[in-house]
Amino acid sequence: MVKVAIYPPNSLVIADLVERKGHQPLALQKQIRQKIKDPEIDSPPMNITEDDPIKGLKYAAIEVPSGVRGRMSIIGPIIDEAQAAIIVDNAPFGFGCVGCARTNELSIFCLRKRDIPQVELTYPTNQDETMEMINDLHAFLDKLTEMEEAGEFAEEEGDD
Amino acid sequence: MVKIALVSCGTEYSGIQKEIEKAALKFGAEIILPEIDLDFINEAYEKFGFSAQSSSLKLMIARAMSIVEGKCKPDAVFIATCFRCAEGALVRNEVRRFIQNNTRIPVVTYSFTERTKADELFIRMEALATTVTRRSILAREKQEGLTLGLDSGSTTTKAVLMENNKVIGTGWTSTKDIIESAKIAADEAFSNTNYSWGDLDGIGTTGYGRFTMGQEFKAELVQEELSVNAKGAVYLADCQKGEATVLDIGGMDNKVITVNNGIPDNFTMGGICAGASGRFLDMTSRRLDVDITELGPLAVQGDWRKASLNSYCIVFGIQDLVTTLAAGGSKADVAMAACHSVSEQVYEQQLQEIDIREPLIQVGGTSLISGLVQAVSETLGGIEVIVPEYSQHIGAVGSALLVSGMGHRNEQ
Repeated sequence: MVKVAIYPPNSLVIADLVERKGHQPLALQKQIRQKIKDPEIDSPPMNITEDDPIKGLKYAAIEVPSGVRGRMSIIGPIIDEAQAAIIVDNAPFGFGCVGCARTNELSIFCLRKRDIPQVELTYPTNQDETMEMINDLHAFLDKLTEMEEAGEFAEEEGDD
Repeated sequence: MVKIALVSCGTEYSGIQKEIEKAALKFGAEIILPEIDLDFINEAYEKFGFSAQSSSLKLMIARAMSIVEGKCKPDAVFIATCFRCAEGALVRNEVRRFIQNNTRIPVVTYSFTERTKADELFIRMEALATTVTRRSILAREKQEGLTLGLDSGSTTTKAVLMENNKVIGTGWTSTKDIIESAKIAADEAFSNTNYSWGDLDGIGTTGYGRFTMGQEFKAELVQEELSVNAKGAVYLADCQKGEATVLDIGGMDNKVITVNNGIPDNFTMGGICAGASGRFLDMTSRRLDVDITELGPLAVQGDWRKASLNSYCIVFGIQDLVTTLAAGGSKADVAMAACHSVSEQVYEQQLQEIDIREPLIQVGGTSLISGLVQAVSETLGGIEVIVPEYSQHIGAVGSALLVSGMGHRNEQ
């Protein structure tokens, strides 16, 4: 099971595809669910406190707006943990989004910078493109399975 | 309960959502989120015409549109975006204008950081709640009857006595005991008139000591300084319609308020650096051995470029000025350099946080220092700066104006 970061990080469609292929999608929902369930914090709606944008300093400097750093405090660890990545460019907000263009730019850059298998696709605008995108995703996820079977992720898993 | 619609790009990601709700609740208001469906976001965004990249800003635009189109009916709107986000600041100001131009719903804007606490938001929420619950008072453009305005500031206490739209007496004293200082200032305001406390139709209080004074003198109006100063400034400057900015460089803190038709809609306050306050000029006048009232006229004769000033700091900056004097520099150049230092520091620390709208009305004691007024105008690229009469008594004038018509203590 390969840990796959997806972008947009809350895209249910991609998370579902990854899961169906037997891998682990690193999705935002899981991170947020964890924060909400934490009984020690009382900062609704997502239990993000002023400490979270400070944690985001690992990914963006103090001059970067708090909203970007707050988002990065959740998305950043997903990027760090990823063994592979799927990025969908130009996705409409209904497909999944974090609401902030600057966070998108930084997150995608951080993913691209990582030396991990990744695929970058453009959001489809018609049925043919949709079929093509799904095929590309399947091919990528199958390749991850082959790589895993060949033991290519073993060392990284041990590191975790 | 007053319903305040939150139009923001994601206060929850900065961890300040709870602080906003806490601040609203303190003034009997609740935060609501204008509900909209997914399709409406694109429709509203295209109609609005601002090509924002961030989807949360598109959501902000759609929420503003739903308010303007009457799909959501809040009593007031609080617009907030992240501090230092250029795209957020642009959308925040355009959304603010859009709501103000198309509705009569009061708006307050704010740029937040993760350090934003409820205490900082109190004055904004109080001003919003006031605008909703006391709209008729804020609409007052003329003072009637005999009213007294008391402004208990952190450094000085001011009193203004007004009768039938005219200031007939003013009083000023440094703030020690709040009640005693208010009595001294008020007695001074009464001194050249035939009136006394018993003749008043109403008393309005503002400033840090407003609640204490309000209780002691049974004031008809106890009001935060945001609404009062804004109203007082546009009244005295005769700018009650349209937009304006009110700047108060105080002895301890500075306030900048943006105003739309006499109602405040954004506000920034700073007070962490003496170099950006009137205290810097006070120190300069002592060093130059001139009275503070002479500093302004002296400064306007000088050229700030001729004085070397390498620091805004009240310690090192003043030291630089002394060095300039020792090297044969003129007092006038040093006085103007001090005025420029304060205005540039205020610009860097505060004015950049707010959208400056002309005219700029400068108020407070430091507005009487003509060199500082000139320096502010120059720092802002030659913007028109108005210093109205009684500008140093702005809070007291605003209180006396707003309370007029509310109090009928003589009849009681």
